Amino acid sequence: MAVVDKAGPRKGGRSFTEIVNDERYRSVFYQVIVAVAVIWAANYLITNTAENLQARGMSAGFEFLTSTAGFSIAWSIIDYEPGDTYFDVYLVGIANTLIISFFAIIATTLLGFVVGVMRLSKNFIICNLASGYVEVMRNVPLLLHILFWFTLSAALPRPKNSLGLGDMFFLNNRGLYVPAPIPGEGFGVVVIMVLIGIAAAFGVTVWATRRQMATGQRFPAFWVGVGLVVGLPLLAFAALGAPLTFDYPSLKGFNFTGGADVPRAFCALLFALVLYHTVYMAEAVRAGILSVSHGQTEASYSLGLKPSWTLRLVVIPQAMRAVVPPMISNWMNVVKNSSLAVAIGYPDLVAVFMQTSLNQSGHAIEIVGMVMLFYMTVSLTISAALNYYNKLVQIKER
Amino acid sequence: MSIDTQLPDETVHVASAISDEVVIELASVNKWYGEFHVLKDINLAVNKGERIVICGPSGSGKSTMIRCINRLEEHQAGDIIVNGTEMGTNIKNIDAIRRDVGMVFQQFNLFPHLSVLENCTLAPIWVKNMPKAEAEKIAMEYLERVKIPEQAGKYPGQLSGGQQQRVAIARSLCMSPTIMLFDEPTSALDPEMISEVLDVMVGLAETGMTMLVVTHEMGFAKRVADRVIFMDQGEIVEQNTPDEFFTNPKSDRTKLFLSQILAH
Repeated sequence: MAVVDKAGPRKGGRSFTEIVNDERYRSVFYQVIVAVAVIWAANYLITNTAENLQARGMSAGFEFLTSTAGFSIAWSIIDYEPGDTYFDVYLVGIANTLIISFFAIIATTLLGFVVGVMRLSKNFIICNLASGYVEVMRNVPLLLHILFWFTLSAALPRPKNSLGLGDMFFLNNRGLYVPAPIPGEGFGVVVIMVLIGIAAAFGVTVWATRRQMATGQRFPAFWVGVGLVVGLPLLAFAALGAPLTFDYPSLKGFNFTGGADVPRAFCALLFALVLYHTVYMAEAVRAGILSVSHGQTEASYSLGLKPSWTLRLVVIPQAMRAVVPPMISNWMNVVKNSSLAVAIGYPDLVAVFMQTSLNQSGHAIEIVGMVMLFYMTVSLTISAALNYYNKLVQIKER
Repeated sequence: MSIDTQLPDETVHVASAISDEVVIELASVNKWYGEFHVLKDINLAVNKGERIVICGPSGSGKSTMIRCINRLEEHQAGDIIVNGTEMGTNIKNIDAIRRDVGMVFQQFNLFPHLSVLENCTLAPIWVKNMPKAEAEKIAMEYLERVKIPEQAGKYPGQLSGGQQQRVAIARSLCMSPTIMLFDEPTSALDPEMISEVLDVMVGLAETGMTMLVVTHEMGFAKRVADRVIFMDQGEIVEQNTPDEFFTNPKSDRTKLFLSQILAH
């Protein structure tokens, strides 16, 4: 406001119309209007809520988090008992949401790259297969995907007639049963060997690049790296006398006991999320590759670079600039859309915390706030990480 | 083909360096884009060290013809033999020919994500397995020759069109090609930048490089070319020494074309 006053017509000798039509004053004017409106709205919401809570004799606050939740959760990857607190429920919900998002994001990204590149193939069958997949999947709402796969999974055989894979994996209308690993004595060494293998593979890659730059000689760093990551732990595993046993699921009565189980809601949700979001990933990859002009490929070919190197050294580094921004929003959408789990009873954060916990405790504002905080934290983390990457691959101009 | 390859213009002309060895041979080459017959029975033999300028109206197939020589376009009938290697579907042959044949494009096509120096060293490092230091030394020599060593650390987007095209020429030369193809190298440039690129090309001609140049720069043709080829509607209509071609064109189509481009 001060700026507007200072340059008033009395001091500057400028007419009123001149000031009204000056873009600098206009922009300040509109900003002030917006700020006032936002402050007024926030004030109204807060006082209104406080009054209503008071009228109903309700208290706001986070004390409820330490009281016993008292309900059971169908499935969780971290330990939970009905006697645990609401805060434990919050953590269980977060863990369940993160685990499904994690698998969905990895599968979506890998499949997306494959389908995206397939759609650009000159091969008639491959190209049309990918196009058909994209067109079918993206024209159906995600909720329908989820309900479809969940309903379909109900048609799987009963436990007695489970679809089995070598007496280890069983799929039936209750879920997927897999062997549960039980680490024996010395298994920690194997885990350490995996880490050493990864570090060694990384070291070999760096060394091989340096040597190629220095002498021009190539080294099969990729295959040696794979050997290190797989071979070292295998050697340790054999030397220590295989310190890992499995608890296999087996049919007892009407259901399986032993092993680890993944409920069919998880399977159906994962399937639906991956099938649906792969499309957007694939389209981002396709758009990214198409955004690199054909002249780049021609220039690379004319220098004698083979198609595979052209893709790796010329096309993909440039395509990534266009792929990353839509990939960010796709990853965030996977996390956010996993909350549709509520429709099929997968105990994700929204299902266990915003439904059961909210109904029981009545602390709607706090609970919704905490759930929002979680989704915002995840989204902003993904966004920050990928934006940082994107800055690294930007092209310099002028 | 009765071309007198021994008689370049003696006054302003760059000294000829033609040998008897044939390095490019096109025999009855035909190509169609769908129904459109873009190359009709092209026969052409290029000797080592020969400088050929190819001109003709747009759509006459001149770019397509030189792009067939390093298989950026596929020909559907006829034979193309480059340095004794037959261009066909054999991947090894295609790679071998592309290593030997450099190309400069109308739109430069520099890699925008790499610096000028990296543009020049990419192929020597990855195709020739050259140590980075050696590749950089060679790249600097060529950047010196195209007179922009001081831009080595910059990115293509920071250079003018003329500078970018000179980098593109240096990038090709870093692979030590025996043949250079130029596809309208000055057509996308501002007038004052054309001469800096042409100067570099004249300098290259003086080293005895075999060059096939698609261009409308007739001054360049008169000064450098050993032979001028005129194409129209997918056919080689006329070919001759620049002297004969410009002063005594045989076909009516050539006369019309020359009167149009030399009128102003």
